[in-house]
Amino acid sequence: MSSELTNLYSEILLEHSQQPSNFKKLPVVSNYAHGTNPLCGDAVDVYLRIEEGKIKEISFEGQGCAICMASSSMMTECIKGLTLKEAEKLFEGFRDYMQGHKQELGVDLESFEALSGVKRFPMRVKCATLPWHVLNAALNNEKQDISEECSG
Amino acid sequence: MNIEDIKKDFPLLMNHPDLVYLDTAASSQKPSSVIQAISRYYEHENANIHRGVYRLSAEATAKYEQSRIKAQKFLNAQSPEEIVFVRGVTEAINLVAQTFAKSFLKKDDEILLTEMEHHSNIVPWQLVAESCGAKVKTIPVLDNGELDLNKLPNLLTDKVKLLSIVHVSNTLGTINPIKILIAQAKKLGIPVFIDGAQAVSHMAVDVQDLDCDFYAFSGHKVYGPTGIGVLYGKKQHLNNMPPYHGGGDMIQSVSFEKTTYKQAPQKFEAGTPNICGAIALGAALDFVKAIGFKEIFDHELQIFNYARECMKKVAGLALMVENINSIGAISFNLEGIHPHDVGTILDAHNIAIRAGHHCTQPLMKRFCLSATVRASFGVYNTDEDVDKFITGLNKVKEIIRR
Repeated sequence: MSSELTNLYSEILLEHSQQPSNFKKLPVVSNYAHGTNPLCGDAVDVYLRIEEGKIKEISFEGQGCAICMASSSMMTECIKGLTLKEAEKLFEGFRDYMQGHKQELGVDLESFEALSGVKRFPMRVKCATLPWHVLNAALNNEKQDISEECSG
Repeated sequence: MNIEDIKKDFPLLMNHPDLVYLDTAASSQKPSSVIQAISRYYEHENANIHRGVYRLSAEATAKYEQSRIKAQKFLNAQSPEEIVFVRGVTEAINLVAQTFAKSFLKKDDEILLTEMEHHSNIVPWQLVAESCGAKVKTIPVLDNGELDLNKLPNLLTDKVKLLSIVHVSNTLGTINPIKILIAQAKKLGIPVFIDGAQAVSHMAVDVQDLDCDFYAFSGHKVYGPTGIGVLYGKKQHLNNMPPYHGGGDMIQSVSFEKTTYKQAPQKFEAGTPNICGAIALGAALDFVKAIGFKEIFDHELQIFNYARECMKKVAGLALMVENINSIGAISFNLEGIHPHDVGTILDAHNIAIRAGHHCTQPLMKRFCLSATVRASFGVYNTDEDVDKFITGLNKVKEIIRR
C-alpha cells in the first residue's frame, strides 16, 4: 500500500469517520446550516449554540465518505469553545491550507495531521472542506444551503 | 479475436501496463489507428472544408464526407444525408429537442422518457417542455434494472408526442428492448429518439431495422476522439426541421433581406466542424468493423459475466441490479464504504473506476442511493483486469475496515 494512501486512511481518520465525535443534534440551536456535495452525496448538517460571542456547543449530522465524516468530526472537536472570530480564522486557515494557498495547517491537534494527507488527493479536497464551508455558513447565518462539487 | 493483440493496439494501455482501466463507459481508450488518423490529418491533410478551390481543401472535404458515409454504413442508414455530425449525444438531443420537438409540442403534451436516463436525455427535454408547457413523464425501472413494460399501455397515451429512450444504460448496463418499444410507439404515431451512447461500441445497430426516428452516439465512447458524434435522423424529419445553429456552411445565400438554408445534413452543421474529429471517428468505426461486432459482443459479454460472478463472491458487495440483458457497466456498493473511498483506494492500486451518480441522479433516487461505484468494460479488458479489480476490492475492505 502506498504511503500516501496509508497517510490518508490512517487509524485516526478511520476512527473519526466510523465513530465521529459530536455526531448528534443539539437540544438548543442558535445557528444551523446544511451542505452537500451533490456529485457524490456527501451531506452535512452543522448545529451551533453560540452565547456571548463564543461557540459553546457544536455538533453535526450527515452521511458521506470517510474523509468528509472524519473532517466533520475533527472540526467539532477543535471549534468548540472558540470565539466567532477564532472560528472564522480557523475556517479560512483550513480552507487555504487544503486548497494549497498555505503551507502549514496551523492547528495544534494530532487528528488534523490525518487530514493533511488529503492534499495528495486533489480530487478529494472538497470532501474535507465541505463541513467547514457549512460551519462558515452557520456562523454567518446564511439562508441558502451550501453546495460543493467533487469528483464523481 | 486475440485480445492480447487488441490491447497492444492501444498506446495508452501499453504505456501504462500497470493500469487497469475500468471506465470505458465514461470514455474509451483510443487505438493507434485513430491517433494516427489525427496526426496524419494535421501533418498532411489539414485545410478547411467545403469552400476551398485548392487540392488540399478538396481532399480534406472528401475525407470528411467519407467519414459521413462510414457513419451511415455503421448504422445502416438509408443515405449519408441522414447523418449529421455533432459534438456528441448531448448536442444531438439538444438539437432534436430545440428544432424537431419544439416545432410541434403544445401545452399539456407529454414527452415520455425512462427513470434510467442519463441527464443528457432528460434535461434538453425538460428545457423544451418548460418552454412549451409540456410535461415529462417516465417509464419506471424494476428492481432488476429492466423497464417496467407492464406500465407502458397506461403511459403511451394520445398525449405523448415523443418517446426518448436509452439503448444501453450507462449505470445499470441494461440493454433495453428498443425494437419492441419503437414498434409500440409507431402504432400510435409517436416519434422515437434513441440514445445510443453506450450501445454502438458493443453491438451492431441497424436504424432501418429499428425504424427509430432518431439515433445518436458519441465518438469518444466508441474508440474515437472527444468532440465528435453522430445524429441519425430520418430524411423527412431532418428536412422539415428548422436550423439549430446559424452561421456559415449551413446557408445557401445570405442577405439582410432574407437568408436561405441548405438541406440536411449541412443545414445542421454551421461553422467549421470538427474536421479532424470526424475523420478520426471514421478510423474508429473502421477499427470496430475490422474486429467484428459478434467478436466484440461475445468477448465483452464474457468479461462482464465473469466480473459479475466474481463480484457476487465478495462479501459485503451489493450489485445495484442483476439482469440477464446487460453489457458494459456494473454499478455496486461495498457495505459501509463510500464509493469515493472505494475509488480513491482502487486508484492507489492502479485501477481506474468511476464513483458517483454517473449523471443519472433520478435513477439513484429510485434505488435510494446517493452514489455507486461503477466498473465498465471495453474491448481491451481481460480476465486479468477483472482479477486485479477483485483483489483491489478486497484491499479496500482491508484498509477501511481495519
